[in-house]
Amino acid sequence: MADFEPKIVGILCNWCSYAGADLAGTSRLKYPENIRIIKVPCSGRVNPLFIIKCFQQEGIDGVLVSGCHPGDCHYTTGNYYARRKFALMNKMLDFMGIEKGRVQFSWVSGGEGAKWAKVVEKVVADIKKLGPFTKFK
Amino acid sequence: MIEDLKEKAKELLTSKKVDVVIGYEAGTYKDYASPSFAKTAKDVDRFVWNKNCVNNLAIYITKAKGKVGIIAKGCDVKSIIGIIQENQINREDVVIIGIACDGVEIDGEKADKCNFCDVHTPKIYDILIGDKIESKESSQDKYKEVAEIENKSPEERWKYWKDTLSKCIRCYACRQVCPLCYCDKCFVDTTVPQWIPMSVNEDNNMMFHMIRAYHMASRCIGCGECQRACPMNIPLNILSKKMTKEVEEMFGYTPGVDIEAKPAIQDFNKKEDPDKEFIM
Ligand code: SF4
Ligand code: SF4
Ligand code: SF4
Ligand code: FES
Repeated sequence: MADFEPKIVGILCNWCSYAGADLAGTSRLKYPENIRIIKVPCSGRVNPLFIIKCFQQEGIDGVLVSGCHPGDCHYTTGNYYARRKFALMNKMLDFMGIEKGRVQFSWVSGGEGAKWAKVVEKVVADIKKLGPFTKFK
Repeated sequence: MIEDLKEKAKELLTSKKVDVVIGYEAGTYKDYASPSFAKTAKDVDRFVWNKNCVNNLAIYITKAKGKVGIIAKGCDVKSIIGIIQENQINREDVVIIGIACDGVEIDGEKADKCNFCDVHTPKIYDILIGDKIESKESSQDKYKEVAEIENKSPEERWKYWKDTLSKCIRCYACRQVCPLCYCDKCFVDTTVPQWIPMSVNEDNNMMFHMIRAYHMASRCIGCGECQRACPMNIPLNILSKKMTKEVEEMFGYTPGVDIEAKPAIQDFNKKEDPDKEFIM
């Protein structure tokens, strides 16, 4: 599994996490290239079906969902609603037997370029350990 | 009881308080009761009330036109509460004829839900038929089957669900029968985008069931109708119960109890909702 390079979908809110990822880029921080980013208006826009849909795509091994820190959502409360949905989704995935770590969540602000790089590093490392995801294809 | 029930139903219709009363009539087969729709006092003569009145009639109130009277057991009332909470009907437009119920039978056996019943007397009603029955705390663990699966390893869980759900023929009877599944357009029916591929196979079935259960989280009141409708005997209640258990534990919310409450999924708690445990 040493040369396994996972493909990971990042679903990022426009206002914080996307800006954070942008900052990581403009600051020339190095982080794994395994992530493909999809921008959404707010973490509250993330329908769990998006996550399921990602896994239907050939070669997708993991999903990372990221939004503004609680209290900082551009739409004030979008991420509070999202947090409940994610908590439930997390429990559901676990109950069905999807390994922990395939789907991960983070709060990354527009100023946290360095945190973004760390989060991606961790997710990529976790998913490398889990190996390719062959379910739902 | 049945005479009282008929009398009250007739009164509602003749006084024009409602346009229809939804109740039960004898089914085509022995030991079955069917839904019955009375628009006149005469229609009410068909009504029955017995152990076979299993159907949750609340499914029809979002579809009926005008004011509706409905015969409802305690568990059915829970779903009416949910439907009102979610603004699908106004409280004023439904007359709840609650029934004090000590249990119904499916194929001659006490329905599983009745072993855990906490609403022998419905939570809310406009008219009550029968004498109030007290509900005792059940000695059985309602999350027993859920715990059995939780105790398996992830691989075992995956295998269990894959095997169990491979039988599903995606007839969607479970959705059709659910009083809380009232969406005009269901995610399984959209083609652009097609969220779940239409073909029936293990993976697609898994995805369908994950999202169905997720959509029921904080809304399913455990009437058991989905499982009863399923032609393939899929234990749908385990998935719904798991979600209910999590919603209770994480958000302190129980569906079908408080008509004024916001369903957990439409609400949040800034301080207490889980966060650091699973969000980086
Ligand atoms: S759950 Fe309670 S109210 Fe519902 S049928 Fe059983 S005993 Fe009656
Ligand atoms: S009723 Fe049973 S077979 Fe039909 S879609 Fe639901 S789970 Fe599948
Ligand atoms: S999901 Fe099943 S048990 Fe829950 S409310 Fe719907 S029909 Fe009843
Ligand atoms: S805008 Fe970032 S989470 Fe709402």
